[in-house]
Amino acid sequence: MSEALVQLNRLVKRFDGMPHPAVAEITTAIMGGGITGLAGPDGAGKTTLLRLILGLLKADSGTLSVCGRDPLSEAAEVRDLVAYMPQRFGLYEDLTVIENLTLYADLRAVVGEERRAAFERLLSFTNLAPFGGRLAGALSGGMKQKLGLACALIRTPRLLLLDEPSAGVDPVSRRELWRMVRTLTDEGIGVVWSTAYLDEAERCERVLLMNDGRLIYEGSPSGLTNRMVGRSFHVRNAGEGRRGVLASAAKMPGVIDGVIQGANVRIVMAAGAAPLSAEDFKGVSQVEVTPVPPRFEDAFVNLLGSATPAVSRLAAGTRRAKPDAGPVVEAKELTRRFGSFTAADRISFSIGRGEIFGLLGPNGAGKSTTFKMLCGLLRPTSGEARVAGLDVAVQTSAARNRLGYMAQKFSLYGDLSVAQNLAFFAGVYGLAGARRRRAVERVTEAFSLQRYLNTNAGMLPAGFKQRLALCCAVMHEPPVLFLDEPTSGVDPLTRREFWAHINAFVQSGVTVMVTTHFLDEAEYCDRIALVYRARVIAAGTPDDLKDSVRTHALPDPTLEDAFIALVEADDKKVAA
Amino acid sequence: MRSSLWSLIVKELLANWRDRRNRIILLISPMIQVLIFSFAATQEVKNVTLAVLDENRSVLSRELISRFEGSPQFSQVIRLQGVTDIAPTIDSRTALAVLHIGQEFSRNLSARQPAKVQLILDGRSSNAAQITQGYAVEIIDRLNAEIAQGAGLRGPPSVVVARTWFNPNSDTLWSTVPGLFAVLTTTVGMMVSALSVARERELGSFEQLLVSPLTSLEILAGKALSALLIAIAETTIIMVIAMYVLGVPMEGSMVLLYGAMIVYLLSIIGIGLFISSLSSTQQQAIIGVFMFLAPAILLSGYATPVSNMPDWLQTLTLVNPVRHFVVIAKGAFLKDLPIDVIAAHLWPLALIAAATLSAATWLFRHKTA
Repeated sequence: MSEALVQLNRLVKRFDGMPHPAVAEITTAIMGGGITGLAGPDGAGKTTLLRLILGLLKADSGTLSVCGRDPLSEAAEVRDLVAYMPQRFGLYEDLTVIENLTLYADLRAVVGEERRAAFERLLSFTNLAPFGGRLAGALSGGMKQKLGLACALIRTPRLLLLDEPSAGVDPVSRRELWRMVRTLTDEGIGVVWSTAYLDEAERCERVLLMNDGRLIYEGSPSGLTNRMVGRSFHVRNAGEGRRGVLASAAKMPGVIDGVIQGANVRIVMAAGAAPLSAEDFKGVSQVEVTPVPPRFEDAFVNLLGSATPAVSRLAAGTRRAKPDAGPVVEAKELTRRFGSFTAADRISFSIGRGEIFGLLGPNGAGKSTTFKMLCGLLRPTSGEARVAGLDVAVQTSAARNRLGYMAQKFSLYGDLSVAQNLAFFAGVYGLAGARRRRAVERVTEAFSLQRYLNTNAGMLPAGFKQRLALCCAVMHEPPVLFLDEPTSGVDPLTRREFWAHINAFVQSGVTVMVTTHFLDEAEYCDRIALVYRARVIAAGTPDDLKDSVRTHALPDPTLEDAFIALVEADDKKVAA
Repeated sequence: MRSSLWSLIVKELLANWRDRRNRIILLISPMIQVLIFSFAATQEVKNVTLAVLDENRSVLSRELISRFEGSPQFSQVIRLQGVTDIAPTIDSRTALAVLHIGQEFSRNLSARQPAKVQLILDGRSSNAAQITQGYAVEIIDRLNAEIAQGAGLRGPPSVVVARTWFNPNSDTLWSTVPGLFAVLTTTVGMMVSALSVARERELGSFEQLLVSPLTSLEILAGKALSALLIAIAETTIIMVIAMYVLGVPMEGSMVLLYGAMIVYLLSIIGIGLFISSLSSTQQQAIIGVFMFLAPAILLSGYATPVSNMPDWLQTLTLVNPVRHFVVIAKGAFLKDLPIDVIAAHLWPLALIAAATLSAATWLFRHKTA
């Protein structure tokens, strides 16, 4: 940490039609030579703050200086000193890697020998040299981010602003991105890393935690985490009963947070509450309670207040699926080829009733292809996909009637009101008349959507969009739910609420299949299949996967460690 | 499944209606177009500026000039002082035509000799010049006949009296509006259908629709029917404007016109959905629509008669649905086209509709599964 690169003093920015300022009286300083994490839920004002620092927006009041200059009146100087990588890659997808770099070099007037040196440095830094001739649009998510970073670094800046650089990037690429940014800070560049992932915020030297435009914490991550000492517990040995444990914990006084981590449930208590003991769960399950060190996310939830609803009212009204023995979702030797490229190679697994099954894997590994074949969006080249006993490729319409689907991006009709969206999806799934009315009433009540019925779906706050999407997917009470990266880019509070609903569904017998590369999400799964290079390279419970990579050097691996170790082991096998 | 198809149609109508920009593009712009184009795309030449060089300065020459001044086609008549003024007047486009009356004009007339006047026209706007020439000749002929009559001479042995059927007053609005009606019907049907799938792809709702129990045939049917409803509603508005604001008569049977219009719109919607199935963004869809519309309208007989085209091109226009509908629309408005003539254009349209809708269905299935 050296001198302050950015000084903010009572900075305010309002947008018309917003209830509170996007940036409300923020006073702080950002230092050079380290990573400053900018964390907070969606809509907290992180992007607005970055855009103010860049001079892309004009503050309503307050003062701001960047490297001792005013970002508006001395824009040209500031832009020479500050590099920015926006959330959506600022890349031209129809240009090659080199052409993109050349374009940014032209824009930054980096020419001749300087340009040659910069390209050489950046291509080796990002390992993109072998892909120079490839179109940016054909790169994987992680490689796009690396190219985006390279374009931002054409001229070495003093300050680098990264807006959620790891959203949609798999763990392997994420780790690489971190390594690259660390190299930069070692050179003395100041970095601001905006993120919705709290494990990332925890790794920064300093954190600025924002909520509703206000700065609610600034300082080292451990400063915040240390407040939580003695309040975090693992409930172990819950096994099959862990969802019941979580549901009953959510109702206990003093519990502010609970998440499932493999076979365990992690519980956080309010300040001053009596510590948790196994006695508390006597009625539910035989368990063991051990205190665990707090993490940054515990502190975050503590600061922002819990969002876990006591019980999901939605699932309570869901009809129970028939308790039959056979698998609900089955993939038999599923294969899909695109020309000479095999996107999925003989993938097989089966999912039982009331199970959460996760498909994990890096971008482009084939998990989306597999997922699409299972919900009938893509026809398999060979093999069979069965849902609720029906062959998806043959009895497509009937099979689709048994499944609920939630896409990764917001996929409802933004110009239609909430009520119109609900009516449409109810109608599409064949609900008419009184049945439709009842279904719509049931979900609006369970998800507290009454207030928003006449609001356009596109104008809803992020958390409500998520709720509405889930509503539309479950209105016809499907026995199977397909979730495609359901909470990527969603803040921890909304994520918890979402999973509370999913857990309740599962307890009433609904089967859930989820793709994710967000490893917190994978912890909720009963079983996981790790897909890499079009094949399933490992399968089992989250704890099985962790156990499989346990070594002396790594006695307590996280799921992310397991993911990376397994992928690297496979790489070695292929190389050998 | 009937209720789910109905839900889809309601959703499509709402989606088109609730997007404000879309609403303006779809609703307001055709109305403005029919009003503006009706007056702009006219063959008529009005408000012509005429320059006159009168070297004769007699009662007769003044009489001739005053007739030009009194004619509604010539709004302005400017006087030139000498022959040297003629060229700059045309060059600078101050006037479209120059009427040059020579010194001998009245003397020749009194001597019962042929008297000549010169009309110089700006050939750069050849069409307007030609029509202006027609007006001028008519005015001069009429004066000619009156002088001859006054002098007790017999007029020319035979006179051509032109009468324009189906448009007795030669009102150009009558001939342009029905064609415009056909073109706007095409544009609306095409736009709504071409944007429908592309919009869902662009906004990300497409997969959500695809995983629903709706089959791809039902999805396409819902999109085609909603586009049909929107297009019919809009053409009805345009028709009302044509009949009651612009005063174009509707001689033919409404039932026949609507029947033919539905078949025609289905063929257009088939093309629209085909383009939409190919496009991943609305921008691509709009470019696709433009690529189709520009040649299809040029080869439809809307602006230039099909009979003026080379034979091979005339044959080619038979697969152009716009061409058939332009005939039907013009006929329905102005001349109560008999059912057999309509039928002769209707069966090709039905074939084209079957072909385009099947192609759209095939492509849609091919691209989605």
